[in-house]
Amino acid sequence: MAADGGMGHATKRREDVRFLMGLGKYCDDHTPAKTSYCAFARSNVANGKINSIDTVAAAGMPGVLAVFTGEDFAEVGGNPAGWLINSRDGEPMKEPKRPVLAYGKVRHVGDAYAAVIAETLEQAMDAVEAIEADIDELDAVVKMADALANDKTLVHDEIGTNQCFDWGWIEDNRAATDAAIKAAPHVTTLELVNNRLVPNAMEPRCSIGEYEPGTGDYKLTTTSQNPHLTRLLISAFVLGIPENKLTVHSPDVGGGFGSKIYHYGEEALVLAAAKKLNRPVKWTSTRTEAFLSDAHGRDHVTKIELACEKDGTFIAFRTETMANVGAYLSNFSTVTPTFLHGTLMAGNYTVPNVYVNVKAVFTNTAPVDAYRGAGRPEASFSLERVIDKAARELGINPIELRRKNFIKPDQYPFASAAGLEYDSGNYDALMDALEKRANLDGFEARCAESKKNGKLRGLGINSYVEACGIAPSNLVGILGARVGLYDAATVRVNATGNISVMVGAHSHGQGHETAFPQIVADMLGIDPLSIDIVHGDTSKIPFGMGTYGSRSLAVCGSAVFRATEKIIKKATLIAAHMLEDEPENVDFTDGDFAVKGTNKKVSFGEVALKAYIPHDFPIEFIEPGLEETAFYDPANFTYPSGAYGCEVEVDPETGKVDICAMVAIDDFGNVVNPMIVTGQVQGGLAQGIGQALLEHGIYDENGQLLSGSFMDYAMPRADDLPNFVVDHSNATPCTHNPIGAKGCGEAGAIGSPPTVVNAVIDALQRGGYDVEHIDMPVSPARVWAAMNA
Amino acid sequence: MYNFEFTKPTTVEDAAKAMSAEGAQALGGGQTLLPTMKQRLAMPEILVSLTDVEGMVGVSKAGTTLTIGGGTTHAQVATDAAASYPGLSALADGIGDPAVRNRGTIGGSLANNDPAACYPAAALASGATITTNKRDILADNYFQGMFETALDETEIVTAVSFPIPEKSNYQKFVQPASRFALVGVFVAKTADGVRVAVTGASNGGVYRWTEAETALNGDFSARAIEDMSGDATDMITDLHGSAEYRAHLVGVLTRRAVVASS
Ligand SMILES: Cc1cc2nc3c(=O)[nH]c(=O)nc-3n(C[C@H](O)[C@H](O)[C@H](O)COP(=O)(O)OP(=O)(O)OC[C@H]3O[C@@H](n4cnc5c(N)ncnc54)[C@H](O)[C@@H]3O)c2cc1C
Repeated sequence: MAADGGMGHATKRREDVRFLMGLGKYCDDHTPAKTSYCAFARSNVANGKINSIDTVAAAGMPGVLAVFTGEDFAEVGGNPAGWLINSRDGEPMKEPKRPVLAYGKVRHVGDAYAAVIAETLEQAMDAVEAIEADIDELDAVVKMADALANDKTLVHDEIGTNQCFDWGWIEDNRAATDAAIKAAPHVTTLELVNNRLVPNAMEPRCSIGEYEPGTGDYKLTTTSQNPHLTRLLISAFVLGIPENKLTVHSPDVGGGFGSKIYHYGEEALVLAAAKKLNRPVKWTSTRTEAFLSDAHGRDHVTKIELACEKDGTFIAFRTETMANVGAYLSNFSTVTPTFLHGTLMAGNYTVPNVYVNVKAVFTNTAPVDAYRGAGRPEASFSLERVIDKAARELGINPIELRRKNFIKPDQYPFASAAGLEYDSGNYDALMDALEKRANLDGFEARCAESKKNGKLRGLGINSYVEACGIAPSNLVGILGARVGLYDAATVRVNATGNISVMVGAHSHGQGHETAFPQIVADMLGIDPLSIDIVHGDTSKIPFGMGTYGSRSLAVCGSAVFRATEKIIKKATLIAAHMLEDEPENVDFTDGDFAVKGTNKKVSFGEVALKAYIPHDFPIEFIEPGLEETAFYDPANFTYPSGAYGCEVEVDPETGKVDICAMVAIDDFGNVVNPMIVTGQVQGGLAQGIGQALLEHGIYDENGQLLSGSFMDYAMPRADDLPNFVVDHSNATPCTHNPIGAKGCGEAGAIGSPPTVVNAVIDALQRGGYDVEHIDMPVSPARVWAAMNA
Repeated sequence: MYNFEFTKPTTVEDAAKAMSAEGAQALGGGQTLLPTMKQRLAMPEILVSLTDVEGMVGVSKAGTTLTIGGGTTHAQVATDAAASYPGLSALADGIGDPAVRNRGTIGGSLANNDPAACYPAAALASGATITTNKRDILADNYFQGMFETALDETEIVTAVSFPIPEKSNYQKFVQPASRFALVGVFVAKTADGVRVAVTGASNGGVYRWTEAETALNGDFSARAIEDMSGDATDMITDLHGSAEYRAHLVGVLTRRAVVASS
């Protein structure tokens, strides 16, 4: 039974008090004494040759302290891709340098080619306008198919192609999959686009560089989801600042969704400028800069085939995908469309043959990288859309078709045909819960009611499985990762009994400050409010890998668990000493250490005090202090899964889609704080519905971002969304981490897009329209066009 | 934003004088102008705030005419015109969000004449008169294309007079991102006949859909225009919808406005 405020308790998020009262302290709230301000000159053409950049006039403007161009960074390193992908022929991927500032060429609208530092932001902006850049506009490649077909217009001339890699997964299964599809009695084919998304975190990026000439220490205060990773990239690859001379601090951060995982050139620039000027240098992104230069998400063009028996038994999935990586390789851009996508292409199913081919393509657009879900939404969308189409072609109910092919509870651990080993799950139980919670028995009646009101009603079903808890270092190392993906925690029990927990995960909306103490409090039997989380500052926390891929609880939470176990072990030694007995005779329950079978006991607080006042310690056996660190490297990915349902009404006159109901049944394994988990799902659903109905990062043929502001980029708003039904009570615990948690951060964004699109297509089909697919966002104009094609 | 001077006159005469200075520009609610200035897309040298100008705020009814001061906010129109001119009040209540409605003004909206704005449809369909510090301009002569009006550079919209129709309704189909009108149709049935004004759809800005007016003059019902849609020839195509889609919506929304009019 969970202690009040312990594991499983819906404790309110303590950090929200500071956020809601305006007491959060974000990067831009940090203004060290003598701060100067940075503004960037950014390309307004998508592809251009830089002939010259004349900064003389700008440098002479009032208040200007320094002007930088790409030339100033020509000698320093590039910002690398974190994952090496090899093509099918064994060739390593093409990795053109990503410089701090564009040099020689600009490659997308928004590519920064110069920076001005001035006393005030206005002076810096004025001087940017005075920079005279002689840039010849070149033809741009924007569409992936054009980019691949074209060997004249290149994003990076030095690599001679716009193809980054041509990856096959699993290449050894290719022939068998081809043969299976050829021989299959039924094959369903679907071509689809996974639309490009702009992350649009509420807080735009911000970076402040500082330099201490007396010690040679640098400090970067920045909006990062993973300060240690940012430090590593800057130190080891870009600027060569020794890691022990660089502190990266990521304070309160207003959302990331992936876009703040990556190291960006602006961070290197403010550090270099701070050293040169011996003054703090601050850059805060405008919303326009965020649209143009934050790493975007998704942007796949896919053809998927599903081969099956006439009775609906799946035989094979074969996928061909073009994945846009934009103009430069962002840090996770090569793993997202490959190992985070291809390995999920067996879905929840016992299908024996899976083959995935992904071609990554450079284009003159903003870099594309992991965005909430990262590869798994793309996988789930392709699978669940083609399954829906197959159900219609075969005349089988879409729920039944899925159930027929589900992995059954007694089949775990299950080796999927796409190379993963799922440890636990119960997809039928989730589907049962969905049928009940979505009240599917009443659907026909609701359909009739909609029809009376002139609307077309449809039902969309989806089941997903994803891989998170990223990731086992040994496995990802074999697959090309250039980093390990463990995490770390230090539990420091202070003399007066309260506790600081230093964690490698970073909280930028996830609620770690509330959830992590619940784990420790539960294990130690103490008040969670006496436990504080310290995160985001490399000078305070152990080397952890940060927050993304729904990994914080499953990986960093497990490190917290392990470190707390060590604390209990050490405290038991101290308690045994205090109780004058052997450690093996001492039990720890409900916050007290007691000698078995006696009423002799000491409290956790007394032990903590003793640890720091060790007047009578047998110091040859027990060290003073009570502080433990654990690094936790997971044995496998975790595999959250779900069954989602959506009901929509389509207005046949205008094509407008209204979501009437959205039901999310998820299996996240054990849940630490159900309220936070529900909130994470709700946010994910909003983003997934945003992708399905509203959001689109769209470039014109010249590489201009047409949806470059909120006037044209449609974010989901509260009144676009129904009341969600969220249920995560059908849990099968993760079998390989100590908490049994799987991760919940991305599920909503993975499960909802195919559910919504399936519902729209169902509505149109029921209404007598022969529409098989509409690409996202399923806007009114697109629905109307499809109905009237 | 670039630096600028700021002045806040209290009479129309002083405002007009301030407007005659080089680089002067009127500031209403700032809901269009300030974002443009923040992006450095506009650089007025002097902003002439109209907020404190006497007599430019308020809604008053005389006979069958509703007169609204040029500096009146959308929120005030929504409230104060609710009883006298419900079609106009509902339109004002559907502009932007509360912050926009509490700052943005009818004068600013009509001066700006955004091709997707709502008020131009109401003014044109109602046959309103736009009053400036210099003259009265009939709506039929006032709107001259996207962001183009009959105003000269120093002219101030001081009031707008709406003949109150017998029946009216505004149907707005929102552009999903901005929630301006992807297409908006205002239908006004007056003693002199029906007027239908369309916003959001045309490359030429707000316009009257005369074919529908003729049909509705014969029979004020959705049936009378059942198979009609707008003329796609000069309509806007953008990422939110094609010209054909907008032309189709013109028909749908006009029928809905006729049915909903009261
Ligand atoms: C988020 C958002 C949503 C919006 N949604 C809608 C919508 O759905 N429908 C819609 O119609 N509009 C919408 N708007 C626009 C809004 O209605 C503006 O308030 C309006 O267009 C401009 O009015 P303003 O008083 O703010 O003018 P300002 O921004 O102050 O000025 C706009 C222009 O008009 C000039 N001007 C201002 N007042 C006068 C005057 N009295 N005489 C002469 N010239 C003047 C200024 O010099 C400037 O050129 C939206 C705006 C925002 C920010």
